[in-house]
Amino acid sequence: MNKPAKADKTIRVTRAFGNIVEGEALVSTEGFSPRYDLDRWSGLISRPGHALEGHNIKDKILITPSAKGGIAAGWAFYDIQHKGISPKAFVFGVTNPVMVQGAVFAGITITEGWSADPYQLIRTGDIVRVNPAKRTLTLVRRASR
Amino acid sequence: MRLTAEEKKILRGEQGRAVQEALQLQLEVGKFFGAKRFVPVSNVHMMGDIEVMGDAGKSFLERAAQSGAKCRQPTTTNARCIDFAHVEHLKQDANEARKEKELIACLRRMDVITADTCINYQTLYQPHLGEHVAWGDTGTVIYANSVFGARSNFEAGPAALAAGLTGRVPEYGFHLDEHRRGTFQVNLKADLNDLADWGAIGKIVGSGHQDYYAVPVFSGVKRTPTADELKQLGAALASYGSMGMFHMVGVTPEAPTLKAAFGGRKPKEVMTVSNRDLERVYAGYDKQNNPLNLVVFSGPQQSLFEMKTLAALLKGRRVAKGSQLFITTSNGVKSAAKELGYLHDIEQSGAVVLEGVCFYILQNLPQMRVREGWSNLVTNSAKLANIIGAHKFNTILRRTGECIDIACTGKDVR
Repeated sequence: MNKPAKADKTIRVTRAFGNIVEGEALVSTEGFSPRYDLDRWSGLISRPGHALEGHNIKDKILITPSAKGGIAAGWAFYDIQHKGISPKAFVFGVTNPVMVQGAVFAGITITEGWSADPYQLIRTGDIVRVNPAKRTLTLVRRASR
Repeated sequence: MRLTAEEKKILRGEQGRAVQEALQLQLEVGKFFGAKRFVPVSNVHMMGDIEVMGDAGKSFLERAAQSGAKCRQPTTTNARCIDFAHVEHLKQDANEARKEKELIACLRRMDVITADTCINYQTLYQPHLGEHVAWGDTGTVIYANSVFGARSNFEAGPAALAAGLTGRVPEYGFHLDEHRRGTFQVNLKADLNDLADWGAIGKIVGSGHQDYYAVPVFSGVKRTPTADELKQLGAALASYGSMGMFHMVGVTPEAPTLKAAFGGRKPKEVMTVSNRDLERVYAGYDKQNNPLNLVVFSGPQQSLFEMKTLAALLKGRRVAKGSQLFITTSNGVKSAAKELGYLHDIEQSGAVVLEGVCFYILQNLPQMRVREGWSNLVTNSAKLANIIGAHKFNTILRRTGECIDIACTGKDVR
């Protein structure tokens, strides 16, 4: 398999908050809401028909194009973080203030916007790193397939 | 961000730890969105109940209350997860009900007005044009921005509480003129005769534009919509599209004309919604060969006008054997509905009216669904039809009268 050049492995994000984190990517083609889509007791995406139905967000780096409504996410992120089932980071294409307020309150890394389509570079299971200070999302290594 | 002398004092902890932490949270959020300063708010509306907050959120709130922190601006609460009069009937967890009571006591110690309503804009406070507020519940925010011309972002529970404690919010998003202009146009050609139709418009427009900063401008509306109709439209736009604002030409205050609504910009897109589009929405639901034994009017809570309509539709009828009909509203509306006799007609039918709650956040709802054998949920609220999916309901949007017929017969005429 051809390895992409190093520069091709990094995507710039527009806005970011939080610590540097590295972990397994969970890539969704569909937007996300912790209220509409998530079982907040297990961490499983439970909404029937969601692109990630049946996947668990625990310790993942969740890459999703958009945020869905739901003001309750503000408490939900804090709740799932204390239950030990939160992802390591949320990487949004476009987000809304609820997600940001919730992530900041819970101390979970969050980013919004990307310089290139991450779906071309990153697949579920790949190991990626989010660096909020540098505003980067980097593919560290491919999942073994 | 540029900080005032007072804000610097708060950040140094001179007004106590709770206010300091609240401003730190707001500062980080402000920095994320590139806010340059804070703006004062005159009213705060927050979501805070045990189902949403969990034990961790409750502990946080208890620590804040114990420190003596008080809200410095009028702060009201959104719908909660327990109507204490119905805990036994709904077989809700007594322990969670106890925690909910402790939580309410905690909020009251912090000078929060526990009004428990998601229709504060109809029942409690109507901000004026240009007034900065910090509201939670997306439906309240889109109504404040669009119908009143007030200014608020979605302020989630902890963020709204922070605004209550500091009396300010970071200035970004809908506090700024640049984000309040329309971005695309929706030409309304559909006859909008029922609340569900307005919600269906929100579903059609919101689903295709999931973007907080997408601001639809509705044109071609055939008559002046009522507050309840705009409520359903806004709640659905916010729910399906995560939107915080819309304009309606000739109806909402920042859209006297189409040109004014776009503020000199050209629409990125022009779409039309017709009767056929609405029918396609209704035809898109399938009962999946399961019984139609649950009908819910909730999300948002019912206004007094909606209660009157439901009373008229239910008068002299009975909810079908094996079926259940739930209606949620605020304490104030329920009291008035009782006084006016609407509640009597509704309850005589076998319907259950819950106060101070929203159906989709009811404590123990997933367990309730299994126990009661509910699979389908029929509603006239497009928002409710969207948000309850995480609890594994199959939802069906129907017009108000059809919902009542289904509740009383168990059959869908479509």
